[in-house]
Amino acid sequence: MNTESGKHHLIELARIAKTYGMGAYAMHALRGIDLHIDKGEFVAVMGPSGSGKSTCLNILGCLDTPTSGAYLFEGEDVGKLSRDQRALLRRHFLGFVFQGFNLLNRTSALENVELPLIYRSASAHKRHRRGREALEAVGLTGWESHTPSELSGGQQQRVAIARAMVTNPEVLLADEPTGNLDSTCSREIMELLCAFNKERGITIVMVTHDLEMARYAQRTIRFLDGLIDSEEPNGGKRS
Amino acid sequence: MICQTILLALRAIRRNVLRSSLTILGIVIGVAAVITMVTLGDGATAQVTADISRLGSNMLQVRPGQGFRGPGGTRSTADMFEVDDAEAISREIFGLEAVAPTASRSQQAIYGNKNWSTSVMGTTNAYLQVRDWGLESGRQFTEGELRSGRTVCILGSTVRDELFGDQDPLGATIRLKKLSCQVIGVLESKGQTGFGHDQDDIVMVPLRTLQRRIAGNTDVDAIYVSAHEGISTNAVKEDIEAVMRERRRTAPGEDDNFHVRDMQEIVSTLTSTTRVLTGLLGAVAAVSLLVGGIGIMNIMLVSVTERTREIGTRLAIGALEREVLMQFLIEAVVLSSFGGLFGIILGLLAAAAGAHVLGMPFVLNPGIVAIAVVFSAAVGVIFGYFPARKAARMDPIDALRHE
Repeated sequence: MNTESGKHHLIELARIAKTYGMGAYAMHALRGIDLHIDKGEFVAVMGPSGSGKSTCLNILGCLDTPTSGAYLFEGEDVGKLSRDQRALLRRHFLGFVFQGFNLLNRTSALENVELPLIYRSASAHKRHRRGREALEAVGLTGWESHTPSELSGGQQQRVAIARAMVTNPEVLLADEPTGNLDSTCSREIMELLCAFNKERGITIVMVTHDLEMARYAQRTIRFLDGLIDSEEPNGGKRS
Repeated sequence: MICQTILLALRAIRRNVLRSSLTILGIVIGVAAVITMVTLGDGATAQVTADISRLGSNMLQVRPGQGFRGPGGTRSTADMFEVDDAEAISREIFGLEAVAPTASRSQQAIYGNKNWSTSVMGTTNAYLQVRDWGLESGRQFTEGELRSGRTVCILGSTVRDELFGDQDPLGATIRLKKLSCQVIGVLESKGQTGFGHDQDDIVMVPLRTLQRRIAGNTDVDAIYVSAHEGISTNAVKEDIEAVMRERRRTAPGEDDNFHVRDMQEIVSTLTSTTRVLTGLLGAVAAVSLLVGGIGIMNIMLVSVTERTREIGTRLAIGALEREVLMQFLIEAVVLSSFGGLFGIILGLLAAAAGAHVLGMPFVLNPGIVAIAVVFSAAVGVIFGYFPARKAARMDPIDALRHE
């Protein structure tokens, strides 16, 4: 679809395997998968529990390292990066949205959204401006000073999305972003993600259990027992 | 990077004000205790020194027995002095201002229906000169009164207050044992010594009166000597020792059966005693400071466990290991520095209040304040480091999964 990246894909996984434990107790989470994702794509990852989809997302997010295989991010071999270099890669190119929101308690929505900017050494003025803009983009203007406990689940996830989007990342990695939300909220969140994908060209990789949510994506990848079972494009609900 | 890390640490502290204040409580109390103890101790030392210099640094005391030389000593078996001994010192030693033989007894002083247990001292006017002690009202003893042992007395201000209240005691007659005694003067107030001994709780009578009418012997308990300005008290001390050995027929090689103390000796004994006490109290307080430090470590460790998901989130967002380490470290240092600051303020206030209540001078010791600041900051670094390292080295996935 979108092939702006030219020669190479944005993300390329080659025979990625991940094994937990040793010997007889070894658990093979991934058994050698090949996968490529292009810039601007919206990919849904599905599969039963234990099929390796979350492990794959963690590897994509540079939170975990594969036991074997190669991971190229914009042609760069992530496997050769140190722990700190992987952190810097996350800081500058990746955004995360989690099922459990993972907002800081007793911290205002605005300060939560500003957090990644602090690690980017942005000035206070710039932080506030971009934080407000990000909250506005997820429709939470007026809720800046509320803490997570004062917000509904849907609102909390919006804050989390604003936090992920405030740095304008290359890739947004979402691990079951609607897993804790009701269907109305879920649809709103998905509309939001679709909008970011379409308007800002942000690549999104989303793990989900929910077929309806997966339909928002352009492509669905199904995992089974640590291998990719099927890959299919879907026109789905995208307008 | 440091600026942003400090910002993160301050935000984290502000987010949990209650936990933060409980954390620093240990340090506050520890620092305050150390500062209070040491400041009060310094005040006590200063007061003791001042008191003694008020006694007169050119004063010497001669007492029978071996004084401080050993436990028990031989004081009880040594012969008492006689008035002749004092006269011999006064006659044979050069450079003396005054020589006062004294003898004391505990006695009830009675006036009307008032009754006060005090110390009756028999002496001469020379004692007032040695102690540099003036009269508030009335007069000193006359030569005649001293020679014939008349029943007249001079009251210390405490005794005056206890027996007479606001009344004028001059010319009144008080009773000491069965002895009726006319009040001829009142001493100026000298206040308490550094150990709480009330110097004004005294009734002075002519030495001969005490010997004949109260003690019933001719003993002299102690001889007070003051040297002229510029005369070495050490030289005077040696001279007195020579004279007394001769008079008491002490064989060469035999130990003195009397003791000459000069004020320098007393000063050094007393100040070293108060220093030891100050050190001891300070050490006890330092232990509480250490306990406060361990409290900080505990809270920081708990905080790391409690905030595992937060640490995971930060790491996922792209925080470096050293940034998380610095954040937690700075949190600990800021907390303990705040604790130190509050502790210093509290400690100085407590010391000032304590000094006021105990009537001691307030001596600010900048050294101990500096030590308290450095120590509390060090506590923050040392006890904050290990929890911080634990937090920073966490695997982001494990941290995120933590419930």
